Amino acid sequence: MLVLVLDTSTPAVTAAVADVTPTGHAVVAELRAVDGRAHGELMAPEIDEVLRKAGASVRDLRAIVAGTGPGPFTGLRVGLVTAASMGQALGIPAHGVCSLDAIGGVPGQVTLVATDARRREVYWALYDQAGARVEGPHVDLPEAAVERAAGATVAVGDGAMKYADRLGLEVRDEPRYPRVDAFVRLAAERVRAGAPSEPLTPLYLRRPDAVAAGGHKPVLR
Amino acid sequence: MTDEPLVLGIETSCDETGVGIVRGTTLLADALASSVDLHARFGGVVPEVASRAHLEAMVPTMQRALDEAGVTLADVDAIAVTSGPGLAGALLVGVAAAKGYAVAAEKPVYGVNHLAAHVAVDTLEHGPLPEPAIALLVSGGHSSLLLVDDLAGGVTPLGSTIDDAAGEAFDKVARLLGMPFPGGPPIDRAARDGQATIAFPRGLTAAKDQAAHRFDFSFSGLKTAVARWVEARERAGEPVPVNDVAASFQDAVCDVLTAKAIDACRQHGVDTLVIGGGVAANSRLRALAEERAAKVGITVRVPRPKLCTDNGAMVAALGSHLVAAGVRPSRLDLPADSAMPLTLVSV
Repeated sequence: MLVLVLDTSTPAVTAAVADVTPTGHAVVAELRAVDGRAHGELMAPEIDEVLRKAGASVRDLRAIVAGTGPGPFTGLRVGLVTAASMGQALGIPAHGVCSLDAIGGVPGQVTLVATDARRREVYWALYDQAGARVEGPHVDLPEAAVERAAGATVAVGDGAMKYADRLGLEVRDEPRYPRVDAFVRLAAERVRAGAPSEPLTPLYLRRPDAVAAGGHKPVLR
Repeated sequence: MTDEPLVLGIETSCDETGVGIVRGTTLLADALASSVDLHARFGGVVPEVASRAHLEAMVPTMQRALDEAGVTLADVDAIAVTSGPGLAGALLVGVAAAKGYAVAAEKPVYGVNHLAAHVAVDTLEHGPLPEPAIALLVSGGHSSLLLVDDLAGGVTPLGSTIDDAAGEAFDKVARLLGMPFPGGPPIDRAARDGQATIAFPRGLTAAKDQAAHRFDFSFSGLKTAVARWVEARERAGEPVPVNDVAASFQDAVCDVLTAKAIDACRQHGVDTLVIGGGVAANSRLRALAEERAAKVGITVRVPRPKLCTDNGAMVAALGSHLVAAGVRPSRLDLPADSAMPLTLVSV
C-alpha cells in the first residue's frame, strides 16, 4: 500500500512515497528541500515530483502520514493542511506522527531530541534507551531543556546542533531532521489496519501572541 | 473550456474561512466559518488565532460547500484561492490547502487577488460587469478605488487609504463608544436612532489635497476627532449622545467614500460603480451612493451583504471569470503574497 509522507516541522520540507506491506515497509522515493521560509512554495511541487520519481499517481495512494510538529507554526501548518486536504480529496485516511518521534532516540542511549523553535528556544523530547518517548514534547530555552531531560547522554536534531555549546552533551549531526523511514514505521500499524483519519492537530506548545484589548487610550492631554 | 466552468474558490485572507462553488456566474454553494468571536476580546483580528482557526475549519468547510452544491472535487474545472493581499499566515493555509486539493484531484489552481474577487462577486448577483467600471472596495483591511478595465487581466488602482482602512475606523470608533467588535453593525444600528449633527472632518477632501490625493482616503484624523469630541464631553461631565456621534461619524466616512467614487466615475467617463467589502454592508453607504449616483446617471451595483464580506464565493466567481477568459492557471509553487498588488488579478 503506497502512502504519502509529509513533514514541514523544521526547515526541511519533506515529501516521500513509501510502501507499507503486511510485514514491513520501504521508502520508494523521497525529496527534501531545506528552506525555513518557503514551505508554502516548496511543498506542492515536491509532492508532484516525488510521485513522478516513485512512478506513482495520486490515485495509487492509500494513506497519508504527516508530521504534527512541534515546529514553527506557519510552516508546520503547510504540511498539515496539505495532508488534510489531499486525504479529503482522495478519500483516504491521514495519520499524524509527532515529528520529534521521527527524529527519534539513538539506540542504546538516553537521547535529547531538540529542534529549532526560534526565539532562542528549542522544541524537545526525551527518549529512553529503547527509543520510547519518556518526556515531552515541550518548548524551552536550551539550558532548561537539558535540565529537564534527566539522564540524557546524547542530543540530536537541528536545535541540538544550533545550541550544542550550551547543552553540555555529546551532539550528533544525524539525524538532524525528521526521517521518512521513522514516520512510516510509526504509522504502519494504523495504515495496515485501515484506521480512520485523525484530526491533524499541530503540536503548537505555545499560545498565540495576543493581549486582550485594554480600555480606550485618551487622545486629550 | 466551457464558458460556464464549475469553479471552487477558497478564501482565508483574514478571519473568515470560505469555500464557494459557482458554475459560470451561478452560485451553487457558499460555506463559511468565522473566527470573529475569537478575536472580539482582542479588539481586532489576531493573525495567529486566525491562522489556527483556518486550519481547523478548512476540511469541514470544504465538505459543507461540496454537499451544498451537490458536486465532488472530481467534477470541478478549477480551484481558485486568494493568494493575496491579506494576513501572510492566514493566506498560506488557504493557498496550501488549494494546492493540496488541486494536486489530489488533478485540477488547475488559480491564485487570485482578494480585492479583484470583491469586484467579481457582483457578477453572481447582477450578471456580467460592464467594463470599464469603477470599484470602491471598503473593508476592515482595505479602502481602495479601482478602475476595472478588464476583470480577467488588469485593474488600475486609482487611490487607497493612506492610514486606517474605513472598517478599521468603524472598529476603533465603536470601541470608543463602548460597542463590540466588529464595529460596523453596531454603529450602523446606533446611527439610525441618531442625527448627523456633529461636523467631523472629511479627510483628503480639501482643495490642497486634490493634486496628490484626489482618490485617496484618510480616516485616522476622523477617528481622533471623534475621540477628542467624546472625551471633551466626558471631561465636562456631560452625557455623550452616542447615537448622534455614531451617525455623524458614519456620515463623514460615507460622504468621503461616495464623493470620491462618483468623482472617479466622472473623471474616467464610467457609468457603473461597484461597491464591495465588508463596509459595503453599511446601510448609509448604500443609500448615499444610490442617491448621489442617480443624480449623475451612474448605476450602482452592490451585492447583498453576505457577498460583500469575505467569502469563498467571491474567489470562485473571479476564478470562473478567469477560466472562461482562457487565463492560464498558476504554478504549483504559487506563493501567498500578503502585499499582492492590484495590478495582478491572478498569478
